[in-house]
Amino acid sequence: MDKIPALELKNITKTFGSIVANKDVCLTANKGEILAILGENGSGKTTLMNMISGIYFPDAGQIFINGREVVITSPKDAFDNGVGMIHQHFKLVDVLTAAENIVLGLEGRFNLKTATKEVASIAQKYGFDIDPMKKIYEMSVSEKQTVEIIKVLYRNANILILDEPTAVLTPQESDKLFDVLRRMKEEGKTIIIITHKLHEVLSLSDRVAVLRKGEYICSIKTSEADESILTEAMVGKKISLNIERKEPNNPVDRLVVKDLQCLNREGVHVLQDVSFTARSGEILGIAGIAGSGQRELLEAIAGLQHISSGEITYIDPKTDKHENLRDKTPVQIRQLGVRLSFVPEDRLGMGLVGNMDIVDNMMLRSYGKGKSVFLKRKEPRDLANEIINSLEVVTPSASTAVRKLSGGNVQKVLVGREIASTPTVLMAAYPVRGLDINSSYMIYNLLNQQKANGVAVIFVGEDLDVLVELCDRIMVIGSGRIAGFVDGREATKEQIGLLMTKNVSKPHSEKAEEVTQ
Amino acid sequence: MTADKEKKVRDPLFHIIKRGSIVWWKSALIRVAAVLIALIVVALITLLITGQNPIEMYKAMVDGAVGNELRIWNLLQDTALLLIVGLALTLSFKMRFWNIGGQGQIIMGAIAATACMKFLPGKVPDFAIYLIMIPAALIAGGIWALIPGLFKAYLKTNETLFTLMMNYIALNFAAFLTFRWSKNSGNNVIGIINRKTHEGWFPEIGGNGFVGRTFLLNVLIVFVMMLIVFVYLKYSKHGYEISVVGESEKTARYIGINVKKVIIRTVIISGAICGLAGLILVGGVHHTLTTDIEGGRGFTAIIVSWMAHFNPLYMALTSFLIVFLEKGAIQVASSPSLNLDDNFANIVTGIIILFIIGCEFFINYKIVFRKKKGGAS
Repeated sequence: MDKIPALELKNITKTFGSIVANKDVCLTANKGEILAILGENGSGKTTLMNMISGIYFPDAGQIFINGREVVITSPKDAFDNGVGMIHQHFKLVDVLTAAENIVLGLEGRFNLKTATKEVASIAQKYGFDIDPMKKIYEMSVSEKQTVEIIKVLYRNANILILDEPTAVLTPQESDKLFDVLRRMKEEGKTIIIITHKLHEVLSLSDRVAVLRKGEYICSIKTSEADESILTEAMVGKKISLNIERKEPNNPVDRLVVKDLQCLNREGVHVLQDVSFTARSGEILGIAGIAGSGQRELLEAIAGLQHISSGEITYIDPKTDKHENLRDKTPVQIRQLGVRLSFVPEDRLGMGLVGNMDIVDNMMLRSYGKGKSVFLKRKEPRDLANEIINSLEVVTPSASTAVRKLSGGNVQKVLVGREIASTPTVLMAAYPVRGLDINSSYMIYNLLNQQKANGVAVIFVGEDLDVLVELCDRIMVIGSGRIAGFVDGREATKEQIGLLMTKNVSKPHSEKAEEVTQ
Repeated sequence: MTADKEKKVRDPLFHIIKRGSIVWWKSALIRVAAVLIALIVVALITLLITGQNPIEMYKAMVDGAVGNELRIWNLLQDTALLLIVGLALTLSFKMRFWNIGGQGQIIMGAIAATACMKFLPGKVPDFAIYLIMIPAALIAGGIWALIPGLFKAYLKTNETLFTLMMNYIALNFAAFLTFRWSKNSGNNVIGIINRKTHEGWFPEIGGNGFVGRTFLLNVLIVFVMMLIVFVYLKYSKHGYEISVVGESEKTARYIGINVKKVIIRTVIISGAICGLAGLILVGGVHHTLTTDIEGGRGFTAIIVSWMAHFNPLYMALTSFLIVFLEKGAIQVASSPSLNLDDNFANIVTGIIILFIIGCEFFINYKIVFRKKKGGAS
């Protein structure tokens, strides 16, 4: 370790207004090393890396690359210094090919043919699977990520920074990515990977640097670390990582979906032959690659998506009456007495209004009650304060715009509101996406409470580790059709991962042959 | 040390940081500073380009706006007329329906009012003229906004272009009517309608000795409108729906708001208030129809609304400011001692408004200059 580090940060500080994103951070990364930067959301990981890649400029502090101090004011400066970052949200032009995207922005004349060849050779060297002539919009998420990585390698980056690269990948795709990263490390490149998934840190990295609330906490050799040490460093206190899973209490059918078909605007099936039953007192997990029809399924149940055929039947727990929810608007569904709550994936674009304060967001579902033409803000204000207290929402006041809250607090506001209406069916799409560990566990607890109250919970998740820990049953969905059901208590995530990718290549018109349970 | 020197050259001199929030007095201070700087800049430009005494020019501006009682009433009335259009547009703007068809909607309201004034006397009792004239103007304005509103709600057409085009139809319709209804056929002047009988004219408030007698009612109507729109947007269910639809149509659908209904309802109200502005212009101010009766308010009100961040109460201030500058500019242009024309006066107005709008940047962002670094080794 006495050689010069590939990257060294000294006392980096960055503030946004009154928010301190990074404070006096010192960090080193060595040649031929995979360094994991671990921290909760909002701990300043991405900001720190953005300063190395030229997106932000530090307020104070120094950056050394190979022992030489550098000033990085733009992504171009970063590339000139051999630093390349693969952002969480890809920065690619959809209508261009992979090769075109890769050379895009390079100065001077270039020959697309030689560039294509070079791209192919980089791909071969590290074991990427890529067609340089394929257009971005035809690519899957993992292919797009590959393009981003090659783009950085093409610019001769020796330090690669990856921001939560596995957030959008299946377990199998993640493993493949890790193989590539290990190969790069052998080539002597420095890999910095931002993540909050502990098992990835442990399986991939050589060393872990932990950030908490913008400050550098410590760095640990991965070989000397385990999950509880890392969590404690990351959160600042010991927390239990076990999700309680009680046996469902007297489950009865609550929501029966039968042969559901939905078409999108282009007339393509986004849901096909989807049949399942959600039962009271049970958490039904839905697993699948992002965009496999999860959103459409939940929206169809909530009355937001047109259904071309099939039935959605709600069974009233008190009267045992069967209500058909098909082709009903959200208001009509509510008028039927169906207490259906829905935590959508797009929290600020759908579940909440970002520019409104917490009180006004509480009213979203209830403002229309009563004959008065004026709003009554008393009840929603009380509810807002109650949720702020009981769910520990960090906010200056109930009249703060929700857009100003952190992701975890936004989600607490949304879930709090949806639970407050004492639902009988609760649908939650990716409810812990972007949340820190504490908030995530609070959400899992809330879902479990609802389950204990006899609510039929439908949970769309992406973290398979959580799905197999939390859910009673898991439905795997692929390309808009059901790929299979597994028992949450017995299934492994590899099993689910296989089901997730099983159906992808099949044409949509084919009849599903296995709707097993 | 040499590395340090080199670094200073390459370090950016300053960078821009978004403010999380700002205390009210700071933002007020920035706005006041902006006005002061604008006045200084204008003074310098005046001195350098024209050689005129800027103090004299400012005096002329104030004189033009509030120089005597009549001017004050004119200032108030014009502020009110601009404000009411701003209120109308704000309803649409809150819903992110970019209604730039205020001009057409005002003109249609004015046409309806004129028609009532011209054709109803003698056929219905005098009080009934008002009873017909008011809804006629509101409906005319409302319909003019409803047409693009329907297309937006059902066919998702672009409302900006649509409302703009509707202006030209209204404008040319008004031109045609001034030709058709002109007193001496062919001269395109309708002239004051019911000059002697005052049928359809807004009543005067106060006796003959009161300068504001023909202005006060117009100002009061708009003042009440301002309060109504403020309460409507902030405290009514409709206002809440407008905000939700404007902020996110997806959210609106998610909670079951009928988005089409809200769009249509809101644009009708927006157009109807523009129609009301047209009614005031005909019944309360000009008592005739001319092609330029709208006076550019349909467009100026867009600035009024935006500068006030869509807050009806702040809009009273922004419309006052704009009208004050306009009135001042007219006086500057016509003052014999100044030797400045209206083009220069418009430059002055432009610069002041530019500074006032520009200072928003400093309210939202702050600029941090490079700090000196010590002990880099």
